[in-house]
Amino acid sequence: MSQATPTLSRVRHSLTPWARIAALTVCALLTLGPVIWTVATSLRTPAQSFDLPPQIIPTHPTTAAYRGVFQQIDVWLLALNSALVTALIAVGQMITAGLAGYAFARLEFRFKKPLFGLVLATMMVPLQVTIVPVFLVLKSMGLTDTLLGLIIPAFPTAFGTFLMRQYFLGMPKDLGEAAMLDGAGTWRIFRSVYAPLATPGLAIVGVLAFNYHWNEFFRPLILETSSQNYTLPLGLVSLQGNLGTGSISVVLAGVVLSMLPAVAVFAVGQRPLREGITSAGVNR
Amino acid sequence: MTNTQIPAVRPRPAMPPAAAVRPSVRDRGARLLAALFLAPTVVGIVVFTAVPIIGSIVLSLFHWNVIDPPRFAGGANYRTTFTDSTVLVSFRNTLLFMVLAVALQLLIALSLALALNGRMPVWLRSAFRSAFFFPLVLSAASISVVMKYLFNQDFGVVNWLIGLVGVAPVPWLTSEHAAMATVILVYVWQQFGFSFLLFIGGLNNIPKEIHEAAALDGATGLRKHLGITLPLLSPTLLVASVVGIINALQVFEQPYVLTDGGPGDATRTVVMVIYERAFEQLDFGEASAVGVLLFVLIMAVTALQFRLSRRFVHYQ
Repeated sequence: MSQATPTLSRVRHSLTPWARIAALTVCALLTLGPVIWTVATSLRTPAQSFDLPPQIIPTHPTTAAYRGVFQQIDVWLLALNSALVTALIAVGQMITAGLAGYAFARLEFRFKKPLFGLVLATMMVPLQVTIVPVFLVLKSMGLTDTLLGLIIPAFPTAFGTFLMRQYFLGMPKDLGEAAMLDGAGTWRIFRSVYAPLATPGLAIVGVLAFNYHWNEFFRPLILETSSQNYTLPLGLVSLQGNLGTGSISVVLAGVVLSMLPAVAVFAVGQRPLREGITSAGVNR
Repeated sequence: MTNTQIPAVRPRPAMPPAAAVRPSVRDRGARLLAALFLAPTVVGIVVFTAVPIIGSIVLSLFHWNVIDPPRFAGGANYRTTFTDSTVLVSFRNTLLFMVLAVALQLLIALSLALALNGRMPVWLRSAFRSAFFFPLVLSAASISVVMKYLFNQDFGVVNWLIGLVGVAPVPWLTSEHAAMATVILVYVWQQFGFSFLLFIGGLNNIPKEIHEAAALDGATGLRKHLGITLPLLSPTLLVASVVGIINALQVFEQPYVLTDGGPGDATRTVVMVIYERAFEQLDFGEASAVGVLLFVLIMAVTALQFRLSRRFVHYQ
């Protein structure tokens, strides 16, 4: 940190890194501990899952719990529902935010300022406050207890629109003007010149939508009443309710399965995810 | 985070005047295209956010159980919320939760970010960063399912661990104070990574020369952090606390799964009450009134942020 430190404090400094790194390691273990325990316990039989001290490396790993969770709940159906909802919302948000962001950044139309103000203002409105009227709107459309009821209201994204507007504003105007001189129309300029450049921004919108809606619990809990429309988090919470504390490893096997896609996205898309989480949080 | 194209947002992003000058050719086509581009977002936001906000306020002025026709209630639903002990307790719980959870979250996140900012190999730094941010990608509901086992009084790993150092088993989920503490711990475990990422970004924005100058003047360790790093980090601190507060006021999954609001009402939060009043007791009027009050609370916090940021925050 401090290259130009006088010698005395440099001596003191050279001792501290190890203490600091040790403390950070303990914190990292505390952070990952529950996840490690979940994976380890899911690989044991239900009877062994109570054993203390917990075995972090199971002596006799077994996939019994994974077979068990497929018998208890329709994991495939839950995963399919979650995947469908999450994928359609992610793609939908990339489309709506890309189009609206471009319009706010580069197109001319009436009421531009008030419309953008409306988008910004709704960024601060928490979902929990509007859930009752949203439920009633969906009910009048016949969309409660359907997956579409989860998907359609999530298409517009105030934050995504704001983010994409910033992206398009950051691109040089000359590109569009050059294309215009070559005879390209407004749509052509968007489609062939600017849209391809917006990929990193769209990736943030998509990854963020995935992370949020794959894990979402509040809306599915309210909207989905029949179990064939449950998503994974809802299915797992009700599985725990049904099994009680009888078969820990079975429930944990379900948790591990539901984590896998999120971990995969974490592994490949950590950078857009980090950028998205921080800027979404800041701009909420 | 720092070298992204997304500019950090200062209170009110201004509209660029540059967009105003454009050749007036092909106006109609362009305007039609603009309408098509905007339609999904604007219509969606109006139908699913703007109208529901007004709807919430209107509903809060009526008695309605979905089955019978709504009856005008005036301020009755609001008066009820101020006499209904469950609602009052839920606001008290939520505020207590907010203060403790946000304080703990910021303390942990700031300490870790400062510790990570010191000298260490690059791979180690990015490994730590990934570890601290990992819980954010998990489902709060599923993680609470896991934590319910870990905090079990009889066979939970947490009681076994504290037993190793001679502490008696704690009824983490079944005694009033312990249950609130557990909800806070589980929430903070998942959320601190968010503030941590903000602090990492903020620290990266502090120019190296300032640290070097401070070191030349003999400032080291804690004194350097208190005197130099923290003031320079004040914009980030403000953002992290405001976002932390707004998120904490909406806490739902952890108490719902871990304790179902219990024991008694000890961990019942405002959003849990909205959910229960509306979708378990079909009292849409009172649920909306509670929702409007929560919204006012959140708006007040946001307004306070703008005021404070103008007065106290040190922008470079």
